[in-house]
Amino acid sequence: MTGNIMIVGVGGQGTLLASKLLGKLFLEKGLDVKVSEVHGMSQRGGSVVTYVRYGEKVFSPVIDKGQADIIISFEILEAARYVDYLKKGGLLITNTQQINPMPVITGAAVYPENLEEKLSKLDIKLECFDALSLAKKAGSTKAVNLALLGKLSKHFDFTQEQWLTAIETSVPAKFLEMNKKAFLLGRDSQ
Amino acid sequence: MKKLMLGNEAFARGLFEAGCSFVSSYPGTPSTEITEFAAKYPEIYAEWAPNEKVAMEAAFGASLAGKRSFCGMKHVGLNVAADPLFTISYTGVNGGMVICVADDPGMHSSQNEQDSRHYAIAAKVPMLEPSDSSEALSFTKLAFELSEKFDTPVIVKMCTRIAHCQSIVETSDRIQMEDKPYEKNIAKYIMMPGMAKKRHPVVEQRTADLTEWAENAPINRVEKGSDSSKGIITSSTSYDYVKEVCGSRYPVLKLGIVNPLPVKLIQDFASKVSEVIVVEELDGIIEAHCNSIGVKVKGKELFGNIDELMPNKVAQKLGFPYQTGDKLEDQIPMRPPVMCAGCPHRGLYYILKKNKLTVLGDIGCYTLGATAPLMATDTTICMGASVSGLHGFNKAGAAGLKTVAVIGDSTFMHSGITGLVNIAYNESASTVIILDNSTTGMTGHQQNPTTGFNLKGDPCTKIDLEALCRSIGIKHVRVVDPYNLEECDKAIKEEVGRKEPSVIISRRPCALLKTVKHPGPISVDSSKCIGCKACMNIGCPAISIVDKKAVIDATQCVGCGVCSQLCRQNAISKEA
Repeated sequence: MTGNIMIVGVGGQGTLLASKLLGKLFLEKGLDVKVSEVHGMSQRGGSVVTYVRYGEKVFSPVIDKGQADIIISFEILEAARYVDYLKKGGLLITNTQQINPMPVITGAAVYPENLEEKLSKLDIKLECFDALSLAKKAGSTKAVNLALLGKLSKHFDFTQEQWLTAIETSVPAKFLEMNKKAFLLGRDSQ
Repeated sequence: MKKLMLGNEAFARGLFEAGCSFVSSYPGTPSTEITEFAAKYPEIYAEWAPNEKVAMEAAFGASLAGKRSFCGMKHVGLNVAADPLFTISYTGVNGGMVICVADDPGMHSSQNEQDSRHYAIAAKVPMLEPSDSSEALSFTKLAFELSEKFDTPVIVKMCTRIAHCQSIVETSDRIQMEDKPYEKNIAKYIMMPGMAKKRHPVVEQRTADLTEWAENAPINRVEKGSDSSKGIITSSTSYDYVKEVCGSRYPVLKLGIVNPLPVKLIQDFASKVSEVIVVEELDGIIEAHCNSIGVKVKGKELFGNIDELMPNKVAQKLGFPYQTGDKLEDQIPMRPPVMCAGCPHRGLYYILKKNKLTVLGDIGCYTLGATAPLMATDTTICMGASVSGLHGFNKAGAAGLKTVAVIGDSTFMHSGITGLVNIAYNESASTVIILDNSTTGMTGHQQNPTTGFNLKGDPCTKIDLEALCRSIGIKHVRVVDPYNLEECDKAIKEEVGRKEPSVIISRRPCALLKTVKHPGPISVDSSKCIGCKACMNIGCPAISIVDKKAVIDATQCVGCGVCSQLCRQNAISKEA
């Protein structure tokens, strides 16, 4: 069986680090892995998506609609945008943070209301939480990615130590403590 | 050792292991990282050239000198480098020469969706097509062997999903290559009619020899299936999707070389299945080949030639079940890419819009100024087209329109200079604005000839843009700070009003450069803000209206101060 994780967010939010870390953990477990990202134009504040796939043998570099086991979303509108990529009964972990896209800023479009409530009515498992606050508590708004990974970590049987080791080898030493703290805050959050 | 590597990193590893020692490229998504990773190997000399044509000619020169050489580019870059490609095909090489072209099906970061396989056919050069990182590495090494064995440049075609996907590779050591001695050989290397006429038959024979090679090449392989009611011919990402969807149900012919294509191998494969389906992205190139050798196939009638393929589409067309997930009923607003908070292009674009100018645009981050609310530009074609197009537009004299061209520093060095020469030489009253942000922004901050640093990060000759423009014959060259709206407004009004060619250099480093120190976020004094939304006209992602008052997101704002210059209430400042 192949596992399919999507990481979605807004360009610049640090989605690439999360996918790099996951890829590393699955590789160490001896599994085949593919991690796909889109560089270039979409990184300029656009909607970004990364695919992490693992299993005995992985062919497709991407995940199509209805195939994801888990979606981790850095922003709740992005969760709503990609939710149909989730399998029925799949898990959606999302940050509750709202970042207005340009059409909303200019008034050409409206940011949908009550997204959390609407998402909760779909045939999925939903975990909504304020990852931004946890990141701030850890010391930087840039640690949102680690808070989300912390939340995700509860759904895998890697040990806390394995996660922390993967973090140590993926982030610069200068930010290590802050990132670890954000991870643990996410991992321990309800 | 097993490692997870981006397709482009694996490609660079292939260059290293193959003993390649010369790399010259121009950045272009999704090809850029090949050259960046190659530059990390001390054994490889690697550089950014001003454009792809220069890069390819430099790589050819290195090959001529006896080294294994490489140049990499995106699909539209090959249009620029097509001229040398078609003739290097005739001369052949000395040291092995490999070219990467990276296509972008789905246009994630491109202005068109061209299928570069056409170039391999037209220029009569072999093209290999890997389907994951492991093949990106091994095919690159093979490409050098083929280049030397068949005396030809070899193209390795990547695409977004292979270039930007990490998968597992096994690395090995670098082959130690001896330099091949250069020997003068005018019959081979001087392509004037008399000599070129003799080389053309050599090229045709080479294609025949390569076709023979392709019949038994290990990179073309048949994978058995349990159900021979269908047989699938495919390559690259399409192979990945076919295997993902079908597993080992149908026999698959996976093609690693897509030019020239084998004949007997395909005919044999087809004879053992009831129906042949070709799964390929974009144009029906394998399909047309099959038809030409008497093998009846289905391909584009099922898959079309627009956009990248995805697993569900392949499943649907091959008759496999698939389902999509539930979605919300709400209309989800688009989230297009935007110019970053603090982007130096923003202030200048605001002034262009305010002056109601017709703006011929170009390729780079500043292309994003075409979208709301700035909507500051009128055209985007290809690198350099802003400058050359402006000249034609002005010579044609569209009545009463005031015009400018905008082009980035790297793009100007790539293809803007020749257009500016035309403006000077043929004397159009054109104003070209060079948006000098001291980097090649959109592709992820590469150095270029105007930055003063080379690919390896070492200080080097810095091309002086002002002196360059003046030496071409532009008498009016001035520099403005795009964070200063009044200064920009004055300069643009004066230069556009002039009856002679002029250049304005809008100079301010990209806000994302690590070397740039920002003053820090500014904020809105809500007691002063009257909700007039003047600050919203610049399309800064950090500013939004909450309860009818402007609010600045401190996590995004860098304090460029452009919005505060628009506020008549003086409500935006550092102190607020």
